[in-house]
Amino acid sequence: MSDIASRVKAIIVDKLGVDETEVAPEASFTNDLGADSLDTVELIMEFEKEFNIAIPDDQAENIGTVGDAIAYIEENAK
Amino acid sequence: MELKRVVVTGLGAITPIGNTVEEYWNSLINGVSGCGPITHFDASKFKTQFACELKGYNANDYFDRKEARKLDPFAQYAMIAADQAVADAGIVPDKLDADRVGVIWGAGIGGLLTFLQEVTGFAQGDGTPRFSPFFIPKMIADIAPGHISMKYGFRGPNFGTVSACASSTNAIGEAYNLIRLGKADMFVTGGSEATINQAGVGGFNSMQALSTRNDDPTTASRPFDKGRDGFVMGEGGASLIVEEYEHAIKRGAKIYCEIVGTGMTADAHHLTAPHPEGLGAKKVMEHALSDNGIDPKEVGYINVHGTATPLGDIAETKAIKEVFGDHAYNLNISSTKSMTGHLLGAAGAVESIACILAINNGIVPPTINHFEDDPEIDNKLNFTFNKAQEREVKVALSNTFGFGGHNASVVFKAL
Repeated sequence: MSDIASRVKAIIVDKLGVDETEVAPEASFTNDLGADSLDTVELIMEFEKEFNIAIPDDQAENIGTVGDAIAYIEENAK
Repeated sequence: MELKRVVVTGLGAITPIGNTVEEYWNSLINGVSGCGPITHFDASKFKTQFACELKGYNANDYFDRKEARKLDPFAQYAMIAADQAVADAGIVPDKLDADRVGVIWGAGIGGLLTFLQEVTGFAQGDGTPRFSPFFIPKMIADIAPGHISMKYGFRGPNFGTVSACASSTNAIGEAYNLIRLGKADMFVTGGSEATINQAGVGGFNSMQALSTRNDDPTTASRPFDKGRDGFVMGEGGASLIVEEYEHAIKRGAKIYCEIVGTGMTADAHHLTAPHPEGLGAKKVMEHALSDNGIDPKEVGYINVHGTATPLGDIAETKAIKEVFGDHAYNLNISSTKSMTGHLLGAAGAVESIACILAINNGIVPPTINHFEDDPEIDNKLNFTFNKAQEREVKVALSNTFGFGGHNASVVFKAL
């Protein structure tokens, strides 16, 4: 697992209070991990802070799963 | 239109002198002080370095981690107190008409810690706004009744009351009035507050409202004593289940007492100082008693606002003498803030429980920390100094007065 993937998963575990085993690449934040719209916003903000990037709202809308988040950050993190 | 009768059928409390109603009451009648050095933050640079904090409180004992993160402490205390009261009342939510059950909750300030943390984070950054999406819904004072309604599915009237230290008395009063008018069958009501943080203590310190007796915290809250030098901040929450009488009888509920009146007035005088003659305090007690035609002579106990500020205690005493005349000398009066500290928006609910249990148990909790009479206060009045007194109480009155000049009182009567 890449460094980015493990950091992303750690944030999700912390913010959503879920078990690490649940945080599979295909897991949807809202459908599988119990996030509501505010949780999702918070996750995006935490990713921005952790990886020192800015995720525009129109891009954030497309990040719905753990895998989406890892892929986006791997592509955009400096 | 005939008004409905209203009774209290459940109690809950998490206070600096007990994390359940039973612990709270035992501490009250044993004269236990909840005061000690502040542990929530480093108070070494503050004028006041002590407060009445909850004891042994750990949010994770009550909430899972995700839930706790979304609740400011004031909302955590609300949930805990409400849960206790709902359980005590034997409420099975599925068996109630959820549209007829509401939640009215008092908080004088609300999520001050959340506000402090979020704004501090912003101020320490580079100007980029990175506020948590939970900032506003954690902070706003009305979120407590919102959370309670979501947990239990109660869809009746739902709002917060904000009148500083009178807030939860206003909440109880609103619940009482709405049930009387037939607008609902039951309310989860009460109040909570959590302001023992840098902003809360610093802000009240600047107003010179807090005691600064740092060398002796446990005797710092000295209502009606000559040496009183301000109030001691407390934190926590308390909840009452307020219910229409027939509804309570039908479901076989245990009934603690009846609510027989509420009063609400304003001093219209000053931001923080009480009216010197206690005008608003006098009127609010009169209104609460006349609401249902209670003869002042029926009252056995007044749980006073009595915060131990130099002016407030004098004004309230004058008001009591005007309202009750000679009967003032037959009353038991006490300020349980001498033990709990001042729970601000939660004070009315916490102290209402003291009144209700005084009626139920025939014991009046004391005003502790009395050392020396103040010549400006009529010490022929019975302030129940230092030791609880046994007394049959049929009617008890709870007074709360808030910065802004808000006054609210509520009257409880043995059924």
